[in-house]
Order: sequence, then structure tokens, then C-alpha cells
Amino acid sequence: MALPLGTGAILLVVLLWELVRPTLKRAVARGRLIWSLRRSASPLAGYDPGRERRAELRARALLRSCIDERDWAMYRDLGFLRVWGGLGEHGRGEHASYAYLIYPHRPLVAFVPQTSALLNEYCIAFPDLSRPYGSSRLPDSDDVLAKWMALTADERRLIADANMHLPGRQIDPGRVRRDLLRLARWEQDRERLGRDPRGPSRAGTLHA
Amino acid sequence: MKLLRLKPGHGEIVLAEGDVEVPEQERELIEAFRRELDAGMWAAVPTEAPGSRREAELVKSFAEVPRDAERVIFFPRAAGGTFQR
Repeated sequence: MALPLGTGAILLVVLLWELVRPTLKRAVARGRLIWSLRRSASPLAGYDPGRERRAELRARALLRSCIDERDWAMYRDLGFLRVWGGLGEHGRGEHASYAYLIYPHRPLVAFVPQTSALLNEYCIAFPDLSRPYGSSRLPDSDDVLAKWMALTADERRLIADANMHLPGRQIDPGRVRRDLLRLARWEQDRERLGRDPRGPSRAGTLHA
Repeated sequence: MKLLRLKPGHGEIVLAEGDVEVPEQERELIEAFRRELDAGMWAAVPTEAPGSRREAELVKSFAEVPRDAERVIFFPRAAGGTFQR
């Protein structure tokens, strides 16, 4: 009596297993997919707009404390910085033969101040590989500060580390020309309003 | 003198702060400085000469930091990057 019952029970279990197995397989596969999606999405899941905004406010305060008042006003009003190139025959300063525009998390753009001709783009990043909060990107103004410090301290080294491209690879040349025009107007306005103690200076785009 | 580090999602953080004229505090500053350089950071000192534009100076050892510097800023080493539109 026990033997037929036992055999029947085993058969029943095997049959049930065969019925359930496809469903179980699909469930496990779906679980794995969801788990992998969650893992890959974790940096986004950890994104906190409030924290990023506070970080950017701190970064702006630090940038402001490091650069000239005129440069800070330029960044505040226009969203980018101009840094004179230091490796040309005229050296760094307002008579430099070339200059850079620094955008946050965008390549440096080199241009000729006298003609507004665009020279090159230099792709450079400062990734923090420890990835605190899941991201290696510095706040915008910290990225600008890092570029500014590296450019003014050791331009040759920074440019050697960068990936150089022709203009237009990453930033629309039309946008850069518009920004150079905005810069020229901005400098003219400052001079007209007499707020600039340094007096007239080349915007680099008066011929644009 | 303050040692600051630029950090994603946070802005700058103060790594160490002290008076370089006090040996104990100077030792702590030097240790923090070395830790950051060992972690692959670049160190810059914002400078301002009288009557000239503000600039920065990259330093590779604590001995290169001007004694009267108020801040040393550490930031991740530059790498050739690509950017997404």
C-alpha cells in the first residue's frame, strides 16, 4: 500500500515541477533583469537635485573667491570664462595672441582675440574616480575652477593632457561666435558704465 | 592654512586646517597633503601678485606651498575627456 502511494506522490511532485518550471524560470529571469537594471540605474537613483544645487552654490562661492572680480562678473553674467593664452609671443594678458573660453563640462575653446577665429577644442575632464554620491562629475563651477587653475598654473601640461579637436566637434561654432559677440558687448557695457577699474580692454571679438 | 578638496555632489570640503608655524599642525597639514597627492589629486594654490591678475600655481610637494598661502585646493587629475551634447 505504501509503495504505490509513495510512487504516486513522487510522480505528482515531478509532474507539478514540470508544470511550474517554465513559470519559475521566467520569474527568475525577470528578477535578474530588474536587479541588473536597478544596479545600472543606481547613480541616477542617488541623484539629489537639492544636494547638487547646494554643491553648485558652494562651488560658485569658491570660484568667486579665487578669480578676479571682472572674471567672476563675466562668468556670472555670461556663463563662461575667458582666459588669455600664455604660450604665444606676447605672453599672457590682454595682448595675448590667443585665448580660451572655459565652459562648465565642455571643452576649452581656443580662439584668436583679434579676429575671433576659432582655433581648436581641447577636451579635458577632471573625473573623481572615487565617485562620491555615484557621480564622478564636479559641480559646474568647480569644473570651471579646476580648468582655470590648471590653465593659469600649467597651460602646457593641461593642453598636453587634453584631446585636441578642430572647432565644432563638441561645441557648435555658431554658439561660440555668439558668445564672443556677447562678451564683446558685455565688455563695452562695463567700460561705458565705468565699473571696470582696469579700463578698456580687448574683448577679443570687436571684429566679429 | 586650509586644505580644500573639490568633490562631486558636495563642492569643496575642508581636509585639514592649521597654522604652518605650529609644528604639530604643520605635520597634520603635511600628512593630509601627501594623502591627497597619493590619491592622484592635483594641488593648486590660488595666488595674487599686487597689481596683477589672479592666477594659480600647481604644487607637487608641501615644501612648494608658499608659507603665507591661505588655501591649497585639491582637484582630480586632468584627463583627456569626451563630452556629450
